[in-house]
Amino acid sequence: MAADKARTQTIGAVRRTFAPWNDPTATPLIRFENVAKRFGEFVAVDGVSLDIYEREFFALLGPSGCGKTTLMRMLAGFEEPSAGRITLGGQDLAGVPPYRRPVNMMFQSYALFPHMNVWDNIAFGLRQDGMPKAAIKARVEEVLALVKLEPFARRKPHHLSGGQRQRVALARSVAKQPKVLLLDEPLTALDKKLREDTQFELMDLQMSLGMTFLIVTHDQEEAMTVADRIGVMNLGELVQVAPPAVIYEQPATRYIADFIGDVNVLETKVVTAGAEGVELASEKTAYPLHIAQPLDAAVGDTAWLAIRPEKMRIALVPPAHLADNCFEGVIWDIGYLGDLSIYHVELACGTRIKVSQPNVSRLVERPITWEDKVWVTFSPDGGVVLTR
Amino acid sequence: MAMAGEKGRGRLLVIAVPYLWLLALFLVPFLIVLKISLSQDVIAQPPYSPVFDIAGGWAGFRDFLSQLSLANYGYVLSWDNEFIAAYGSSLVIAGVSTALLLLIGYPIAYAMARAPKGLQPMLLMLVILPFWTSFLIRVYAWIGILSPEGFLNQGLAALGLIDQPLEILNTDLAVYIGIVYSYLPFMVLPLYSALEKLDGTLLEAAEDLGCTPFKAFWTVTFPLSLPGVAAGALLCFIPAVGEFVIPDLLGGSDTLMIGKSLWTEFTVNRSWTASSAVAVLLLVLLVVPIVIYQNIQARQLEAGR
Ligand SMILES: Nc1ncnc2c1ncn2[C@@H]1O[C@H](COP(=O)(O)OP(=O)(O)OP(=O)(O)O)[C@@H](O)[C@H]1O
Ligand SMILES: [Mg+2]
Repeated sequence: MAADKARTQTIGAVRRTFAPWNDPTATPLIRFENVAKRFGEFVAVDGVSLDIYEREFFALLGPSGCGKTTLMRMLAGFEEPSAGRITLGGQDLAGVPPYRRPVNMMFQSYALFPHMNVWDNIAFGLRQDGMPKAAIKARVEEVLALVKLEPFARRKPHHLSGGQRQRVALARSVAKQPKVLLLDEPLTALDKKLREDTQFELMDLQMSLGMTFLIVTHDQEEAMTVADRIGVMNLGELVQVAPPAVIYEQPATRYIADFIGDVNVLETKVVTAGAEGVELASEKTAYPLHIAQPLDAAVGDTAWLAIRPEKMRIALVPPAHLADNCFEGVIWDIGYLGDLSIYHVELACGTRIKVSQPNVSRLVERPITWEDKVWVTFSPDGGVVLTR
Repeated sequence: MAMAGEKGRGRLLVIAVPYLWLLALFLVPFLIVLKISLSQDVIAQPPYSPVFDIAGGWAGFRDFLSQLSLANYGYVLSWDNEFIAAYGSSLVIAGVSTALLLLIGYPIAYAMARAPKGLQPMLLMLVILPFWTSFLIRVYAWIGILSPEGFLNQGLAALGLIDQPLEILNTDLAVYIGIVYSYLPFMVLPLYSALEKLDGTLLEAAEDLGCTPFKAFWTVTFPLSLPGVAAGALLCFIPAVGEFVIPDLLGGSDTLMIGKSLWTEFTVNRSWTASSAVAVLLLVLLVVPIVIYQNIQARQLEAGR
């Protein structure tokens, strides 16, 4: 327990202060400079510029086919960029073959050697380096323990379950302790518990070995948990790069707001805009909408109010001193998730918005029920105004 | 219940057909040859004795059995005759040919498997194309190429590389050329099908872990193509051991191969019984590599590939 506590403290201490991307004097370890990749006519990666710093845990998020794997493959050396350049530690990687790059990749398809058992698969990279036998043995055992596969060391990959195979692939890629580790959806086949354990193991590994991680995931929660920064990709472009909380609370575009987590997006018109805040008007509500966010926009411009379900309060009676930031509607549906309930509120115009409330008491009959008239309110710093 | 019986009968039928086929077209002829090899030559019709006669009843059958002998095997395996040397020489020629076929066929199959996907059907076609001409005619064509006044010698002479025609036809070298040429598709096709299945990301993974492409070939590609190597080697080795046409047409009088010896024994010496014994021994000889192959296959199956 004491060790656990110490661990949390070191991780906490490092992670609290770790923000080299805000430090203009810091030099990034990996630089993508206007990198593009075309397959024939098709543009898979389109002008990506990205700096990743040493010891950073960077997560790439994005819909299927947006170019995440392609970006990784260019860093690993399996694809040459059609334009732009990639540097690692200041060295231009153009023309450097994969086996000379201090980068290891865990493949989305695992790519385990079918003719070798788990042990030999993991030892493969170490043998290429001509490591002494005893050191290989120690290292393989260590990694096997890490992914909890000791009993399966002598099995061939096809005698393993999907999740076990995935762990072998993970073990094989971390065995060499590369400077940069690329993980392409490394934990998708694992159950929730094992996935969470492995996430923490990965973070631990990264802490103790000082590796830089680039991870692709479809699981936002996973990205939020492990990553120092998240890059959101769409259609081959990198649309936002920021720490998890910023991505979630201050998404740059409607697309990102919608892609990460649940959100209500309402089209509005700018009434006043300034350094202190914005006033918006929407056909969806008679109340003025005030958002505490500086916005550079002209009166009458279209803007979108993005507001997350948990940032709103729901009540059966109009709150006292009600003047702004309110939607009136009728409960259309209720989703009970155990820890919280999701209320779907239908506004007069027919639009439905989602509001979530924690279930703080064990009351079985909910005070708010179907077809109740409700008032949904939120504070000026609860929502974000987006112009794109 | 009736349904189950019906189903069981259907399954029985499905299993029975290939077994009956093998029984009628493989086991029965083999037993006939085996029986002849245990008989004695006679000048009669058929030219061996005893002849099994069902009318003789039990006593007749015992009499029949008592007349069978291993004398022909003694004859074939005696050092005074050339058969042992012919078996040995056949194995050597087939072995060397198979090795040559592997050396030539592997790069061809590898290049085919690595060629652009759209090109592969055409390359496959090119490998199969020679089958459109009769095997015999193709071997005859080699006589025209290799003979002292053939294309090869004329070409080399025209280039000024030789002034004496090369002695190739009617030597062992011509036999090797003939076997390698004729059997190449049987080597290339199984190799190609093994290499074509290979998942390219495995090579990427190997390179990612620090292998040069050359090393990745030997640690990943080659081991994974071994089933193809085994299949190709057997498909070439087994018929090459018993090959008759190629040594007969291209080989010299001193080219010793068991197929030729068998032919001579049958047509010149007119001994059905001794030639049957040669054939049975050849079969026994070839069962060994087949068993080895089966073992490899079983191992591969166990390994799941
Ligand atoms: N070798 C290739 N030839 C042609 N198109 C390709 C090739 N590799 C990838 N693509 C295309 O590039 C796009 C991006 O592919 P990529 O594998 O990078 O997607 P991804 O973001 O990793 O998706 P997923 O989340 O499904 O893994 C896809 O539309 C894909 O079809
Ligand atoms: Mg992918």
